[in-house]
Amino acid sequence: MSGYIVHDHNHDGIDRRGFLKCMAWAGTGLICVVKGGILRSYSLGQLAQGGGGKAMENIRGELSFVQISDSHMGFSKPANLDVVATLQAAIDKINALQTQPAFVLHTGDISHLSKAQEFDTVDQLLKGARTNQVFYVPGEHDVLTDNGKYYRDRYGRGAGGGGWYSFEHRGVHFIGLVNVVNLKAGGLGTLGPDQLTWLKEDVAGLSSSTPIVVFAHIPLWSVYPDWGWATDDSAQALSYLKRFGSVTVLNGHIHQTMQKVEGNITFHTAASTAFPQPHPGEAPSPGPMKVPAEQLRNLLGLTSVHYVQGKQALAIVDASLA
Amino acid sequence: MKKALCNLRRLRAVILALVLVSGAAALRPALLGAGNPSSSVVNIDNFSFGSGTLTVPAGTTVMWINRDDVPHTVVSTDHVFASSVLDTDDKFSYTFTKPGTYPYYCSVHPKMTAKVVVK
Repeated sequence: MSGYIVHDHNHDGIDRRGFLKCMAWAGTGLICVVKGGILRSYSLGQLAQGGGGKAMENIRGELSFVQISDSHMGFSKPANLDVVATLQAAIDKINALQTQPAFVLHTGDISHLSKAQEFDTVDQLLKGARTNQVFYVPGEHDVLTDNGKYYRDRYGRGAGGGGWYSFEHRGVHFIGLVNVVNLKAGGLGTLGPDQLTWLKEDVAGLSSSTPIVVFAHIPLWSVYPDWGWATDDSAQALSYLKRFGSVTVLNGHIHQTMQKVEGNITFHTAASTAFPQPHPGEAPSPGPMKVPAEQLRNLLGLTSVHYVQGKQALAIVDASLA
Repeated sequence: MKKALCNLRRLRAVILALVLVSGAAALRPALLGAGNPSSSVVNIDNFSFGSGTLTVPAGTTVMWINRDDVPHTVVSTDHVFASSVLDTDDKFSYTFTKPGTYPYYCSVHPKMTAKVVVK
């Protein structure tokens, strides 16, 4: 199945109906390629068979990586009594990918209670992933003790300040941000002035054609503030990235996939590998959502990202664990 | 007939007395806090601290119990008290000796706010 966007009612280059259709199929392996705000969709099956012609040309990239999120190692409640098994299922999916990902990004809530043995278990399981490296950013469940000191000591990788860092890969600039410490009463996720200063300097010398990928736990766009699904100072961070031709923001925290395009910025949240959470406002609170056992893996997942050198957009593919 | 009427009146009096006693018993906890008048319990559930505002007399020990299926913390915004992380069924207690208003929140889910008013 492929679809081109034809209805542009808001004249912003986005066909919302087509977008929603695309998102609804995302769990079954439909690729939605975002290019300057325009969506094109291709079936994963079609591409796997080597067909698709021009589609393949658009999708086969020089850089592939995977995002997983919210493994909540240590969680064991009705919503999922075996988060080890579901994380392993995600790793099995990674290992079945046609192109080995260069690395895995884990967008936080690695552990459920910031316990050493929980981090140990995730590290151990991820050793079985066919990839070269795993990069982490913390979720609020990873910094429960001592304002996150244990997390920084363990995963700090020489990062300054609160554990934020950046790295370059195949010409793409990756930035790992921390927005889960020093949270204020009644507030949302927060980056803080030190990190914002660091971010501004970090991208200052890059050419505007450098593709940027930002990854952080709590969404950097306003998904649902009532449930804390937003970051209070993300607008300032994004202002430093406005001049870049391609910016992809990868988040977790909300345990469901969601995507938004705003100019040159594509925002995307990944599913959890542990348990789903309700859609915004569809439950009294954002806690773990219990579903019939046979449906659980449909609502958990991982995300593959492909970057084609010379093309602006990154192709983002969500896959469930089913 | 007179005896029957007397029994009926007596029965009515007993029933009335029972109603009054049980009513008073129900009223007492609401005024003074559940159970022991110098202690009070806040159940944390569904990302909420009980009903939000708890009013207690000075000297009360408040106990928070996490009934939710995710961990929470109890942290005073004015740095008066702070729990460690509370998993399901974990408890945290604090004794309020001075009158005042004590706003607090969950440092893991900061949208969860509440307060204790100590009289």
